[in-house]
Amino acid sequence: MNLDFTPEENAFRDEVRAFIKDNYPADLRAAQNEGRTLTKEEHLSWHKVLAKKGWLAPSWPVEHGGTGWTPTQKYIWSEESARADCQGVLPFGVSMLAPVLYTFGTEEQKKRFLPDIYNGKVWWCQGYSEPGAGSDLASLKCKAERMTADDGKEYYLVNGQKTWTTLGQFADWGFFLVRTDQNSKPQAGISFLLIDMTSPGISVRPIITLEGGHEVNDVFLDNVKVPVENRIFHENQGWTCAKALLAHERSGIAGVARSKRNLEKLRTIAGTERSDVGGSLLSEAFFRRKVAELEIDLTALEFTELRTLAGESSGKGPGPESSILKIKGTEIQQRLQELALEAVGHYGAPFLREGQGNNLGIGPDYADGLAGEMFNGRKTSIYGGSNEIQRNIIAKAVLGL
Amino acid sequence: MDFSFTEEQSMLRDTVASYLADHYDFDKRRAAVGKEPGWRPEVWKAFAEELGILGAPFSEELGGLGGGPIDNMIVMEEFGKALVVEPYLGTVVIGGGFLKHSGHACAADLIGSVIEGKTLFAFAQAEPQSRYNLASVATTAKKDGAGWTLNGHKAVVMGAPFATHLIVTARTSGGERDAGGISVFLVDKSAKGVTTRDYPTVDGNRASEVYFENVSVGADALIGTADNGLPLVEKVVDEAIAAVCAEACGVLSRLHTGTLEYTKQRKQFGAPISSFQVLQHRMVDMFINVEQAISMTYMANIKVSDDAERAKAASAAKVQIGKACRFVGQNAIQLHGGMGMTDEMAIGHYFKRATMIESAFGSVDHHLARYEGLSLGKAA
Repeated sequence: MNLDFTPEENAFRDEVRAFIKDNYPADLRAAQNEGRTLTKEEHLSWHKVLAKKGWLAPSWPVEHGGTGWTPTQKYIWSEESARADCQGVLPFGVSMLAPVLYTFGTEEQKKRFLPDIYNGKVWWCQGYSEPGAGSDLASLKCKAERMTADDGKEYYLVNGQKTWTTLGQFADWGFFLVRTDQNSKPQAGISFLLIDMTSPGISVRPIITLEGGHEVNDVFLDNVKVPVENRIFHENQGWTCAKALLAHERSGIAGVARSKRNLEKLRTIAGTERSDVGGSLLSEAFFRRKVAELEIDLTALEFTELRTLAGESSGKGPGPESSILKIKGTEIQQRLQELALEAVGHYGAPFLREGQGNNLGIGPDYADGLAGEMFNGRKTSIYGGSNEIQRNIIAKAVLGL
Repeated sequence: MDFSFTEEQSMLRDTVASYLADHYDFDKRRAAVGKEPGWRPEVWKAFAEELGILGAPFSEELGGLGGGPIDNMIVMEEFGKALVVEPYLGTVVIGGGFLKHSGHACAADLIGSVIEGKTLFAFAQAEPQSRYNLASVATTAKKDGAGWTLNGHKAVVMGAPFATHLIVTARTSGGERDAGGISVFLVDKSAKGVTTRDYPTVDGNRASEVYFENVSVGADALIGTADNGLPLVEKVVDEAIAAVCAEACGVLSRLHTGTLEYTKQRKQFGAPISSFQVLQHRMVDMFINVEQAISMTYMANIKVSDDAERAKAASAAKVQIGKACRFVGQNAIQLHGGMGMTDEMAIGHYFKRATMIESAFGSVDHHLARYEGLSLGKAA
């Protein structure tokens, strides 16, 4: 057991740092600094730079475009990306669908879909949750009936509603869980379909969230025809794909590197803000202690994640333990948001409209939008399987209760 | 010992509740706060003329209903349930408080005008550097003949866009955080040299940055005595804390009952999610928080008139309420799941107001420190 980086790993860190410095898109950096809502192109600009470099998808198998990095190299990569405040690569195609494709897809499906995920040509969205199927995802009702067209080709006729579809307003394609067997047990009658979002019968309606932003959507499917060859894995066995995907979604959710970066920001804010007695807020015992506790919790999470990563490198996939990362990771993110809002005192109150950018000119710039981030951040303990559901998973799958 | 309300107080609650039920549902409120001017002057007019509640805490000889803090508490709790944005706190509780306690020569006239709904106050106290320290005042008032000249910048002045008058703390002597040397002034918002930058706040209210540039006011603008305004400010702010705690009780009870209702009708895994023990315990803890908040709010409003107990009572209540706002607010969203995250459901709007109340007139940390000082003395 040791924590030292080898000379090769240190050289790799230098290489990563230099690459980010020299190649991070200037207009994306400007948009981030101004705090404005990103355009579709801006969302993809860093993705495209990484794809060209070959660093887009460190976790993919090498034959499909993965980097072949060791867990330590992946760790260094995510740490440096967060340190430089790089926009995260959108997860829908790269980290959610792709593992399902290369694990369960046919050779033809891999060839057809993986390259466009890699080069950022196709924007994917997720069609999992439904108004009546949230935590109880397996109770989903969106119905797909197998039909035969006049030309003899088979297709599914899909009807239903999906919800909480993140950035679905930009999506070209979506991966959907649909019910193909009405009569079996809930988990047994589900199939995993890839659907072209331009298909007739699909409509996308914005959901405005409590802080005023538009990130998630309802997706309505009305007699949408989906060719049978767009199904991944066997009919009625889509739940197997769904579970694999959710485990991946959970492991990424810890967000250690990003929380480290946000902790730095919090320290800067609290070091700048005045306390009641005139010193810096960070010099006040009560605030120092909260920041220190958070740092310790974050360290514990980091080492738990490192242990999980080390387990993965020895061939174990992300197991139910990844629920720990989801619970602790989201709790820490939320506490960071609460503390940042506490730190700015009165200037947490002004409302920042979506897309307004953080140059309100009311109070310090770093205060702009902090309340909105805190409100929006409440979603993290709800999505990807709520933290209550994660505890159920640990109780059942890890503790055997 | 008696925790019951008088007949007049019960009538006051019924009057307010029934008016708000008819005129202040969630959709009406949302429409009003989403556009200019961000409030409904006609509602204020009704408060004054139809309901007569703007006189609730004033004596009958001033034209009021003869009540006090308990009456403010009743009004504010009902306002919390409906997320009322009209400035009762700034005008009646704070403005009225300063006028009542100061014995200002114009107090009777101004209180009359408040009761009629014509004069509205906003409390211009916080400054960019002040955090929650009431003595941290950099805005200056310099003696100028018989009157005064004001210069400075007041931060996040709640309700200022709706106000006709500002109540301003300014330094007439001493250093930036000295307890002595603070004076309180009444300034017409339309006075020359007063400029404001108005904006919406995250909880659907409105506030302003207020700038004073060589604003001349007469001798009669001074409220209370020169250089010794801080005790008066502390007293009125403690009364405002007692009132905002009552508002919080209304907000918290809606967060709790809304969550109970939602979890009873929301089905997952073939059962209402309210049947899951882990959620039941959470809702029990929310309930305990709400009950404790109500108890502390009663305590604070009973003791706020007693100068010997007032400060400790207000800070203790604010600590309890601040913690309850966070716990109940966050768990209400959590138990609503994704639906709790939508702008369309009322629950998120109660959560946002609860979050802002958490830090209003000082955060949990601020009031814990104040309480420690009052109860335990200075640490060695």
